[in-house]
Amino acid sequence: MSAVADPTVLAAAPGTGPGSGAGRGAARRRGWRSLFIQIAVLLVLIVALFVWLANASLSEVERATLAPAELWRMTLEHLKLTVVSAVIVLVIAVPLGIALTRGPLRRANGVILAIANIGQAAPAVGLVVLLAFAMGFGSPAAIVALVLYAILPVLRNTMVGLDGVDSRLVEAGQGMGMSASAVLFKVELPLAVPVMLSGIRTALVLLVGTATLATFINGGGLGLLITTGVNLSQTAVLVVGSLLVALLALVVDWIGKVVEFVARPKGLA
Amino acid sequence: MPENPNHSRTTTIHTGPDGVSRPGGVGQGEGHGASILLEEVTKQYPGQGKPAVGGLTLEIPAGSVVMFVGPSGCGKTTTLKMINRLIEPTEGRIVINGEDVTGMDGDQLRRNIGYVIQAGGLFPHMTVASNIAIVPKMLGWDKRRIAERVDELLELVSLDPAVYRDRYPKELSGGQQQRVGVARALAADPPVLLMDEPFGAVDPITRQRLQDELLSIQSELHKTIVCVTHDFDEAMKLGDWIAVFNEGAQLEQYDSPERILAHPNNEFVESFIGSGAGLKQLSLSRVKDVELRQPVVGRAGERASDVLSRLQGSGKRHAVILDGRNRPAQLLTARQLSWLSMVTDQADANLPVVGEQATLNDALDEMLVATTGHALVTGQRGVFLGMIDVESVTQAITDARTAASDSDAPVGLNSGAIPAVALAQAAKVHDDALPLGPDAASDAGGDRP
Repeated sequence: MSAVADPTVLAAAPGTGPGSGAGRGAARRRGWRSLFIQIAVLLVLIVALFVWLANASLSEVERATLAPAELWRMTLEHLKLTVVSAVIVLVIAVPLGIALTRGPLRRANGVILAIANIGQAAPAVGLVVLLAFAMGFGSPAAIVALVLYAILPVLRNTMVGLDGVDSRLVEAGQGMGMSASAVLFKVELPLAVPVMLSGIRTALVLLVGTATLATFINGGGLGLLITTGVNLSQTAVLVVGSLLVALLALVVDWIGKVVEFVARPKGLA
Repeated sequence: MPENPNHSRTTTIHTGPDGVSRPGGVGQGEGHGASILLEEVTKQYPGQGKPAVGGLTLEIPAGSVVMFVGPSGCGKTTTLKMINRLIEPTEGRIVINGEDVTGMDGDQLRRNIGYVIQAGGLFPHMTVASNIAIVPKMLGWDKRRIAERVDELLELVSLDPAVYRDRYPKELSGGQQQRVGVARALAADPPVLLMDEPFGAVDPITRQRLQDELLSIQSELHKTIVCVTHDFDEAMKLGDWIAVFNEGAQLEQYDSPERILAHPNNEFVESFIGSGAGLKQLSLSRVKDVELRQPVVGRAGERASDVLSRLQGSGKRHAVILDGRNRPAQLLTARQLSWLSMVTDQADANLPVVGEQATLNDALDEMLVATTGHALVTGQRGVFLGMIDVESVTQAITDARTAASDSDAPVGLNSGAIPAVALAQAAKVHDDALPLGPDAASDAGGDRP
């Protein structure tokens, strides 16, 4: 922090205002450029995959499995699993994270984090299969498993983000007569947004990858391509399935980055 | 979320003509502080043996600056935060301008008390203007009024609104952030301003400048300011009254800076003042408070022999020669005069001159630099007023120490035993900043364990 002692010096040089504004603008332009390059590379990879698919020598069965309409259907299914479980994760983890940083619930903090840790530490395949036995095969069981698996990063980052807000700022807000909810919504959450969003992005990428396991319990998604490829020794199907999942995860990650970039409060470095 | 400003659980809010609710009926318009009375206030944290603040009674006269000083962890900040109830007292009452605010809605109370913390506490995700606008927005002001107020306040703290209005805090220097912090606290024109080590995070030069600015703002606005600091020099410079705290917010002394310097109550206060109490006294007194000596005066154009005969007749050593506008031009001894035939108004650039507003510290400095042992004092437009010398400075310090024994300090004590008369008096005088009589202070001394 530069300690410019004389205000009149700065006041007399209004050039410093636009100057720092330009600095802010330049940083933002650099940010957009790097995001643009990332999505361009991803698009090139996706196109390359489909070009290869169109020209590869495939057996009749493989060609039927990898028909564009079929791939599209499975991708949508996969996205649906991801998005539905992500929404549930947000609805549970964000309010829970907020509650756990407030008042008396703060003490429950350790216990809840331990439980969330178990959810993530348990092998995802095991979790999926166990839940299927409990709830019956199909996508509901898959979604529950995914939610349990992805709740930790969102919960933890919400709590870390809120705890990371300078306590003096919270006190400044209270000292000005802001109500508890005003302090939460106008000071704490805006300042915690960058950390929270990065947790959400992590959760989304985890979800895209883990949703492949839904196929084991008849939950649908791109995982079907991978299991089919393994079971029937159809290497092409296996490779296409894996690549599609990876590319999907990267695209979701990119969308997350865009949201983080846009939602980051101005005025933060 | 902005709430209805008139909503409150208690009836102690008076709504001013502008629809702004204020605690304690403070709506006397701009420029009036409110008196604050802490009545046997105690803060006991659960699981701790000793209370953080124990049975503190403190009167803060309206429109005055009261400094809380003491070692860290002594409870001075806790006491400050109990005034706006950021920390709820376990026992006791807080009375602002005659009205008990202990039971009123805390958020409502705090909207009408300015609060400044170290480094300003600005919200980094809001511009300077939005930071300042927070309280006015909660009070439901319209946009134009808020925008005008923001510009007005930025001017008040010497920041150009056009340049700084739309900046983010990280684009400001530490001193500028602190200025905006003060502007934000003053936004809704609260009668009371609480400051928690406001200038702790800036470099010494900036701190000095911010202190001077605060003093000039205060001379304009006459708020009641309560300020926590650990710097005794800062307390002396800013405070009308200084409360020296020891652990558990035990009030060791509550008095004017002059009296604390001249008559520290005990060793604790003495050690807190640090060395050089006498020297510190020098920067409290001003040249105009000192009785000046009147030397023999000569006018430009007079015959030197006339001046010389007056000088020899008076038994003084120097004659001051004034120019046509009564400004000192030369300072001559008998020896020098005897060499001249006529005195002229040719100005001697090396004359030791101080203004009457200068502190004794400055005056002494001038004398030491000039190696004369005296200096010429001038008033408005450089008019000669008299001479000051080392003896008169010494005399002034002695006088200050004796004069300071006439205490008119506000009430401040820790025990529960407050004379009922004193309390009744305190309740009566809270409007006109009249501190209580000397008996209260001596009681305070007597009650201390």
